[in-house]
Amino acid sequence: MEIDWFPLWLSLRVAAISTAIAVLAGVGIAYLLANKEFRGREALDAAVTLPLVLPPTVLGYYLLVVLGRNGPLGKLYESVTGEPLVFTWKAAVVAALFHSGPLLIKSARAGLESVDHTYERAARNLGAPEWKVFWRVTLPLARRSIFAAAALAFARALGDFGITIMIAGNIPGRTQTVAVAIYDAVEAGNGALARTLVLVISATALTVLWIANRYGPGRARA
Amino acid sequence: MIEAAIRKRFAAGEESGAFELDVAFRAAAGVTVLFGPSGSGKTLTLDSIAGFVRPDAGRIVLDGEALFDSEAGVNLPPQRRRCGYVFQNYALFPHMTLRENLEFAASRLPKKERRGRVEAMLETFRLAELAGRRPHEVSGGQQQRCSIARTLLAGPRLLLLDEPARGLDAPLKEELYAVLRQVREEFGTPILLVTHDLEECFALGEEMLVYSGGRIVQRGAPAAVLEEPATPEVARLLGRLQVLEAEGAGGGKLRLAGHEVAHDGTGLPAGEKATVYVRPDRLRAVPAGAAQADAGGLRAELDRVVEGPRVVRLEFRCGLRVEMPAGEYRRHGDNREWVIRFPEGSIGIFRRGRGR
Repeated sequence: MEIDWFPLWLSLRVAAISTAIAVLAGVGIAYLLANKEFRGREALDAAVTLPLVLPPTVLGYYLLVVLGRNGPLGKLYESVTGEPLVFTWKAAVVAALFHSGPLLIKSARAGLESVDHTYERAARNLGAPEWKVFWRVTLPLARRSIFAAAALAFARALGDFGITIMIAGNIPGRTQTVAVAIYDAVEAGNGALARTLVLVISATALTVLWIANRYGPGRARA
Repeated sequence: MIEAAIRKRFAAGEESGAFELDVAFRAAAGVTVLFGPSGSGKTLTLDSIAGFVRPDAGRIVLDGEALFDSEAGVNLPPQRRRCGYVFQNYALFPHMTLRENLEFAASRLPKKERRGRVEAMLETFRLAELAGRRPHEVSGGQQQRCSIARTLLAGPRLLLLDEPARGLDAPLKEELYAVLRQVREEFGTPILLVTHDLEECFALGEEMLVYSGGRIVQRGAPAAVLEEPATPEVARLLGRLQVLEAEGAGGGKLRLAGHEVAHDGTGLPAGEKATVYVRPDRLRAVPAGAAQADAGGLRAELDRVVEGPRVVRLEFRCGLRVEMPAGEYRRHGDNREWVIRFPEGSIGIFRRGRGR
């Protein structure tokens, strides 16, 4: 049987890129939620939790409204880059981001909150400005938790179906990720392909979780 | 010179009652000890001065600069207060070596000077050979020294020490006191030290603020406070004094622990009741057989004996306690009946309306 590996590579690439973006933006949001008192904190907290509880298709619908060719951000994107965002592999990245970002923020926040605040106080007491407290003290002390959060987010990003199908579609060779390809294979009665992809994706997810546990918090001391 | 007036209220929580801190004091160069039981507001005072906790009201002025002033709306961030804080658990950054910990604190210094100052500090605090190790790889005493060195490198105008001797054994405590005396000499900043260890007050403190329930209930030199505690509460906090109820019996006598005692030091009129403190270390006790009958004193039956390395405490049925050197006790040997005498200075009286 000739197996088309494109969906797997696409999924890995999409998950890697979305995880990178999620770490960069998510750790910042997690830090705000964990350490700062500000107006709208509750609203922000609710906003990043919502994607975890909404059905993926609902989320995908909203994204389609905003990012679609007639949506405000979609129009803006098209005017800047000259091409639409939806139904491209980049839309799959957005889908993966919304699927895995909230999980990353939740776990990164828990990690940042578990850092003993005495160290942050000590750093401030020694005159360190807030950015230095974050970079040199909070972040290094939470690095294992953040690494584990990133690994979880990566594993979750590999598996999005609902949002992806809504905004990236199911275009073989272009936007068809593994999760979508498995659905397609089952629909088409191609049991062998479905089984292979299911096994590969399961093994990948297990490996990532094993790494997260191995190098995550609670194993060795900081 | 630090001047602080701090008010901070905490509403009753699920596990704790309401608490209010309301203190005012000033401290010049030298060591001022904040003494009192846990939960009396000592650490909260340090946290307010350092800027970790925002008081509800008050004013904190260091060397003429307001760090906090509720009326003027001043509340400097911790970074700008330059109040060096030595934390109870040292708070050395666990992911950095001792040298990196010091370098972190030295960033205020001009770049050229940093290296030299860090090395000099490592030398002064005998850490040079350990500089490449992480905090968890060195002993508690070494962590302690590193923590003090780190604090000093940041150029503080005031030092705040939160129970610095906690968890150190006797030789390490002595070493810490020596380091702190050296710091006091060389850096000339006011030092506020939180403790509930009376020994520490005497070893380091020139001035003592006695905390209880969020208030300062007495202030003065440690020896003076111990000599004349202002309230029964302070006497209990000091832990060495026995607080008893007494009544004047006329003729220079005092009714105490159910007996009339010859003691004219209190001057309590006949029939008037008062709370008094008795110094177990100044009471004298001799076996009844050896006592001269005409010398007076209180006959008392021994209840139990608590032997310490240097001092033995005799506890009598009537409730009185007497401390005597272990050697003296051994000379007297086993006796049930004793005579207790009350030399001048062994009993003091709390006069109402004083102290607070």
